[in-house]
Parts: sequence; structure tokens; C-alpha cells
Amino acid sequence: MNALSWGAAEPHLPILVVVIPLVGALLTTFLRNGFLAWLVATLVAFTLPFITIHLLLTVLETGQPITYKIGNWEAPFGIVYRVDQLSGYVLSVIAIIGAVIMPFARRSVVAEIDERARSWYYTMYLLCLAGLLGIVITGDAFNAFVFLEVSSLATYVLIALGKNRRALLAAYQYLIMGTIGATLYVVGVGLLYVVTGTLNFDDMASRLSAAIVDPGQRNAVVTALGFMVVGLSLKLALFPMHMWLPNAYAYAPSFATAFLAGTATKAAIYLLVRVVFSVFGVGMTLENLPIGEVVIVLSIAAMFLASISAVFETNAKRMLAYSSVAQIGYITLGIAIANQAGLTGSLAHIANHAVMKTALFLALGAVFYRVGSVLYDDISGIGRKMPLTMAAFAIAGLGLMGTPGTAGFISKWYLAVAAIDDGMYSVVFLIVASSLISVVYIGRITEVVWFREPSKAAAQAKEAPLSMLIPLWLLAFATVYLGFDTRATVGTASEAAKVLLEGVR
Amino acid sequence: MFTSLFAALNSMAPEDLIVAALFIPTAAALLIPLCHRVPNLREAVTLISAVALATVTWSLYPYIIDGVRPELKVWDVGQGLTLSFKVEPLGMLFALVASTLWIVNSIYSIGYMRGNNEPRQTSFYVCFAVALASTMALAFSANLFTMFLAYEVLTISTYPLVTHKATPEAMKAGRVYLMLLIGTSMVLFLPAIVITWATAGTLDFTAGGIIPITGENALSPFLLGGLLFLFIFGIGKAAVMPIHFWLPAAMVAPTPVSALLHAVAVVKAGVFSILKVVVYVFGIDALTTTSANTWIIYLSAFCVLMASIIAMNQDNLKARLAYSTVSQLSYIVLGAVLATATSVTGGALHILMHAFAKITLFFCAGAIYVAHHKTEVSQLDGVGRLMPVTMFAFFIASLSIIGIPPLGGTWSKWFLALGALDAHYQFAMAVFMISSLLNTAYLLPIVSRAFFKPLPGTAAGQKVAIAEAPTACLIAISLTTLGCLILFFYADFALDMIKLVDFTGAQTNTASSPAAGGELLEGAFNVR
Repeated sequence: MNALSWGAAEPHLPILVVVIPLVGALLTTFLRNGFLAWLVATLVAFTLPFITIHLLLTVLETGQPITYKIGNWEAPFGIVYRVDQLSGYVLSVIAIIGAVIMPFARRSVVAEIDERARSWYYTMYLLCLAGLLGIVITGDAFNAFVFLEVSSLATYVLIALGKNRRALLAAYQYLIMGTIGATLYVVGVGLLYVVTGTLNFDDMASRLSAAIVDPGQRNAVVTALGFMVVGLSLKLALFPMHMWLPNAYAYAPSFATAFLAGTATKAAIYLLVRVVFSVFGVGMTLENLPIGEVVIVLSIAAMFLASISAVFETNAKRMLAYSSVAQIGYITLGIAIANQAGLTGSLAHIANHAVMKTALFLALGAVFYRVGSVLYDDISGIGRKMPLTMAAFAIAGLGLMGTPGTAGFISKWYLAVAAIDDGMYSVVFLIVASSLISVVYIGRITEVVWFREPSKAAAQAKEAPLSMLIPLWLLAFATVYLGFDTRATVGTASEAAKVLLEGVR
Repeated sequence: MFTSLFAALNSMAPEDLIVAALFIPTAAALLIPLCHRVPNLREAVTLISAVALATVTWSLYPYIIDGVRPELKVWDVGQGLTLSFKVEPLGMLFALVASTLWIVNSIYSIGYMRGNNEPRQTSFYVCFAVALASTMALAFSANLFTMFLAYEVLTISTYPLVTHKATPEAMKAGRVYLMLLIGTSMVLFLPAIVITWATAGTLDFTAGGIIPITGENALSPFLLGGLLFLFIFGIGKAAVMPIHFWLPAAMVAPTPVSALLHAVAVVKAGVFSILKVVVYVFGIDALTTTSANTWIIYLSAFCVLMASIIAMNQDNLKARLAYSTVSQLSYIVLGAVLATATSVTGGALHILMHAFAKITLFFCAGAIYVAHHKTEVSQLDGVGRLMPVTMFAFFIASLSIIGIPPLGGTWSKWFLALGALDAHYQFAMAVFMISSLLNTAYLLPIVSRAFFKPLPGTAAGQKVAIAEAPTACLIAISLTTLGCLILFFYADFALDMIKLVDFTGAQTNTASSPAAGGELLEGAFNVR
């Protein structure tokens, strides 16, 4: 891929990551035809992974971050985009997921969205994509807030357009919680701006170490840290601030759920890691606030309580949404343990979870397309009618359980090793015990779809169309592949973790 | 055609034979669904692959005897997680047992599944093939990661077999099966592997063990015992009490599946894993010098007796056999944790001997069900007159379980008892002897009931027409019964191999050096 020549565009690739989807969004607003809008969105979505992977490989090769000054304005005045190991990695995850699900979108959107809203839907999708990529690529605290809002506003629409009327309420819930989260974040950014006089992450980082020892400014810095961590925890749905997530995922259109589950919370997690590790520095964060302990406790609570909620769900999408909350718990756990293995495991799980969860939601989307419901009673026995879809679902489900030979096992392994490295033997058992609960909820739905007699609706269903099966099986295959070849996930994640822990940035 | 096949196999490098052993059942799993519409062709695929697999494993045998230890590195996942295979004597023995019995089991399955008109036969044979593939991977695994991977695949591939009937009871049993096996493996086995990695820095099975008991990273005897606890109970397939519930629960499955669970693959995979962990992860010397194994010796001795006593009270024939298996598995665990060369030899040998005897017993139970739909021991009055061949086979296999010459079970009990003395646990020897009595008490009454009590509705001495199970079933039963007998006379093929197990790490890869294990072991061989 590195051999790809970008010609004159080469130095401008970082900004193109955001500009291309924005222009695409603009284009789709002029298209009144859903199919054409889909074509544009697909074209855009498939361009992005090439750019982000190229950026990531360049960074990995040189070991140096790529910076891009917008309008050639230097850092304190202008906005700087910056791609390092971490952001390049998360950018690639988001871009790849954003592209892979596009073939699925075509039929799913036709089935679930009103005809007049279809092209708007792709507009919103591209805006959301631009926002998420923007959050990750920007090196500017306030610019990150702007992109946070761009992606959030687009997300509200993506959710609210669901046919189920509860989608409106879910979107409204998300709107309120999301706004609170973003506000808390921006309050923190404001405080830091007062103290350091800059919005650039790097400059903030270098000036904070002086500010923290100044008794007049120390409280402001610590307050800012608290605000930002809580605000971002809301956005990334850290337990118990996850209440918005299950409804949002459950009632959004299938395509939106699949996209958001893989990407939206990941961008917020990225921002949290950036703030805690690069801006404040892990040392300063842990010295001043017991964030590590608090997040470990909350993560473990998420792993257990959200998983238990998933066990008792009878709506398959809500079940997976609760499972997402639990899986986010794994990611934040590794971040809070904050050693090399822990960060590696967490960052690897960002990609692994994105792949597995998107596959699961795509499978449910395909079922919804054929059956019109994802309630257990309606989809019972669907495995006999849609064996290929549900086989892929089972593979991704095995990944979620952390079965060896799948991507989920790799993340779990690194998290367990991290806990042992820190002498937290009890945490090892909590990790494995909570993954046992995922065996229960995956086992339960497996029983429903494979062993129960087909319901009335399921009995008439046929196998999903090829355009849905291809992305689904790609991701299911990736679930297994990433369980063996971990160069892309663990390899990159450990590089990023190294950089974060050294505080090089 | 077959001679050229053998010639081709002989010219294959041992590494290629490993690939073949893994590939054949996998290919079968892919081919079987393609033959979905032609049952005869589908069953032919199963039979041919079973024969091919056994041929391949038997072609590996001479290499192992010659001291060759073929290795195959497939993929390095990183951090000690390597997918790699290495054939050593214990794994070779297990692979031989599993692959040979797959042939017999396939013959029997065809008779049973057709005789009973079972639904979903294609997925049945597919899962069977996948289970065999993972069994081969487990037998040849070169490190804990590969073993764990194969172990989990084996659990998952056998779950649809246990729930095959899809009745509420079957689903319930399937839940118990899945949760107990996946649960223990995730909550105990996986942390044990992670802790092993953290202390030893490697996951490779190494002669003499990898866990340090002296030096900087050493585990204290207490922690060593704790780690042993995680392994013994984490490997739930070994069904050490109280992790044994899944085994009696799983008997709702069709009989060929029970045979697979009890004899060919699943429980044997469990005890084999424990043997391998004791020998190659802990090292028998490490266990005996630290006495970390004491508590588990008492526990498994308790299990041997307790499960036998429970078996006596079971009226359901398959349940009785299931508890008998729980008891017999604890023999092997006890042999492993007694941690002497002789006791491990006995344990390994018991994998082989018990497999042949128990598969015969289950085949008989299944034959009775197919022919007369009887499941309870109390219904078996006079069945011996209807099914003389089946019940005679049942008698022979019972004797082998009890350990009476001239049947294979004699040898494993012999070595186990010697091993108990060798380890200075005289009480363990007593346990083996008492358990033999208990075996007699729960197995032989079935035989006497079948032969000596009159069939309900007939007068004593009245002639009844013979009504045996389908021929395929009878062939399978006769083969395994014959196996029990032959194994008494030809047990040295297994002993010669187990002798080559490297217990201390001092032995290099030459067959000429004598096996470690002391005079008792040598003496034992002379006795034979």
C-alpha cells in the first residue's frame, strides 16, 4: 500500500481524511436519488482507508508523527492535525469499518429509511464519519470538541430516522447525555486554556508540568482533568454513564447501529487516552486524582453488570448493546492499568471489538431485513433459514466470548497478562469470570436461533442477499484471522502504547 | 491402490504426517456437507477419512519409537502464543487411541443413526469430524496455547452433538455441558496458563517441566499447589469431582456421541491434558519434592471411590456407565498426580485400556436401546437371551474395567498400583483395589440379570428368538471387545512408547537411553 503514489496530494493527506467525507456529504445533499447518494458515500468511504493506512504505515516506518498545519498557520494560532501511531491506528479502524459496511447499507437503508430521507441519510453518515475521523486526527483540543459535536449531531439524526418510534426518544436521550458530556469536556478545555494559554495538545502538555506545581493554578488543572475525564466517559459510555447506549443502538436503523457500535465510542476512547496520556501524562493524572482506581472499579462493574443485563435481554440488538458496554469496560480496564501490556490489550481490543461487534450487528441487520424484527421470539429458529448469516454470527460471537483462535482471545490474553504484571491477581479472575457471562448471553441467543422451532416470521425468511453476506463474512473471517495474525492489531497497538507511556508526544 | 497409499505414507516426512493428521478430519468436515443429499456417499467420506487418519497416525508410530520427535510450527501469534505441534509418546498414544476408535465408532454410528432414524445426520457427522480434528491438534500440541485452543474447539464442536436431539432435556444438558466445560476452562484453565507464562516465561511443553521451583522466579509450594488446583479443575473434561456433572448430564445424547465423549475424545482429552501438564509443565520431580500434589492425591482417591458408589445406585444404564467413567478418570488423574514414572505410565496406559472397555459398554447400551428401547438396568431381565452377543461383549468389557486377566485393563491397574507404592502412598493402592470391588458390584449384576433372570412374560428356560442390534453395531461391538482381549497380549506396543516419555529432561532424543523411573518400573517390565 505504501507503494501507492499520491503525487501532489501526498503532503495534504491528513486534511483530506476530513475534507473528503465533508465534500462527499455536501455532494449527497444535492442528490435526490438514494442510489446515487449511496454510490457517492461508498466511493468516499472506500477512499478513506487507503489514506489512513498509508498515513499509519508512514508513521510506523519513520517512527515520527506527521503534522499538518492548516493554512500553514503555526501551532499556537492555527489548528494542527497530527497523525502518530495511536491516531493513525484508530483512524484506520474507523475508516476500514466505515468502508466495509457500505455494501450492506444499500439494501438495508432502502428497507428501513423513507425514500425521501435516503440521500439525507448518507449525508449524515458521511458527516458522522468526518466528525469521528476529525476527533482522532486533530491535535487541537477545541477542534476536537467541534468534531465531537459534528459527529454527535449527525449521530442523533442517524438514530432518530429509525422506523421504530422509540428511536426518537432514544435519540433524544442520546442528545441530552451527549450534550452534557461534550459540555463537561469543553469546560475542561476552557480551564486548560486559561491556565496554559493554548489549545494545542502538545503545547498544553509542555506547559502543564509548570502549571501543576503552581499552587494558584493547580486546582484549575485538576478540575479540568476531572471535567474532561467525566465528560469523555459519558461519550464513551463508561458504566454507569452508559444509559443512553442500549436504547440508541437498539432502535437505530441496522446500518447506523452497525456503524456506531464499531466506531463511535472508539473515537471517544481515543480522545480519553489522548487527554490522559499525552496531555496530562499518566504520572500527573494518577498523582492528582484517583482516576486509575475509579476507572478500574467502574470497568469491572461494567464487565459484570452490563453483561448480566445482556443475559436477560430478549431484544437481540439491545443484548449486543449491553455487551458493548461490557466490552468497553475491558478497554477502559486496560487503559486504567496503564502498563505496556494493558494499553496494548486495550488498543488491540479497539480494533478487535470493532470487527466482532460490527459483524454481529450486520448479522442482526440482515435478519431484520428478512424478518423485520430482532426480538428473540421472532427470530427463533432463524439459523435453519439463514445458515450463512447465523454461522457468521456464531463465529463473531465466539470472538466476543474470547475463545482462543479468535481476536477476542488476544485482547483478553494481554489484559490478563497486564493484570498479573501489576500484581492484580484478583483482576485476572474477574476478567475471565466476566467473559463467562458472555458465554451465557451468546449461548442463549445461539440456542434461540439454532435449536428452537422457527417462528412464523422466521419460517418464511430466506438467506440474506449477497451484498449483506459479503461484508458480514469478511468481518467474521477477520475475527478468526486477527486471532492468529496479530501484527496489524497488537503490533501497532504496542507501538502506540510504547509512545504513550514514554510520554514522547 | 492401498499398497501404493502405504508406500506414499512411508515416504512422507513425519512433519507431513502431522499435517495430514490435522488435515484429514478437517477435509472430511468440509466434504460431508457437500454429500448432504447422498447419505451413502456421506458415510463413505466419514469411513474413508477415519481409516486414512488411523493409517496416518500409525505411520507416525515407528518414528516415535525410533526417538524422532517431529515438530511443526504453524504460526507465531506473539507473547508465547505459538500455534505449534510436536509429537511425543503420550500424545502419540492418545492420537492412536482416538483415531483407531474413530473407525469403529463411525461403523457403529452408521448403524445406530440409521437404525434410529435420527434427524440432522449431516451436521452430526460434520461435528464428529471437527471434534476429531481438534482431538488430533490437542494430542500433538507443543504448548499450552495450542492445547487450550484445541481444547476449546473440542468443547464447542461437541456441544451440537450433545444437544443433537433438540428436546428440552437435551438443551438443558447442553447448557450444563457448555457452561461447565467452557466455564472452568475460562475461569481456571486460562488464568493458569497466564500465570504459567508470567512465572516461566514460556508455554512450551518441556521435559522436566517449565515452572521454576528454585531461583528468583520460583513459586512457593503453596502457590504451586494453587496452580495445580487451577489446572486440575480448569481442565473440566477430566471430570474430577465436583466438576463431573456435565458427564452424566451429557448422556441424553445419542449413544455414538456418548462413546465419543467417554472413550474416543472428550474425557480422554481432559485426562491426557492433565497428564501432559503434570509431566511437561510441572515436572514430576517438582511435584514430589514440593509435595504440592498431596491434596489432589487425596481428592482424586476420594473421587475414585465416591463415583463408584454413586454408580452403584444408578438405575439408568448410561448414567451408571457415566459415573463409572468419572471414577475411572480419577484413576488416571491419581496416576498423574502421584507423579512417579510408574504411576504416569499406568495413567497413560489406562487411557488406552479404559477407552476400549468403555466404548464397548456404551456400544452395548446403545445396541440394547436400538433393538429394544430399554434404558434402565431394571428392565434388562433376560435381555441376554435376546442379545447374547451384545451381553457377552458387555461381560468381557466389564471384566476389563475391573481389571481381570486376560484383558487389557489388567495392565493399567497393575502399573497404577505399583505407582502408588512407588510414591509411598500405600493407601492409594488400597483405593485401587477397593474400587475394583466396587466396579464388580455395579457392572456384573447387570450381566447376571441379563443372562440368569427370565425375560418378562416368559417362563424360565423357555426359548426366545434372538433379536440383536443392526449388523453395523454388532461389528463395532465385536471389534472393540476383541480389542480388550488383544490389548492384554500386545500391550507392549503402548508400553514401549510410554517408556520413552522423558520425565526429567535429562534424557536426549535417543531411544537407546533407559527410561527414567527407577527400579520398580524396570522390574514391572520384567514381570511382563
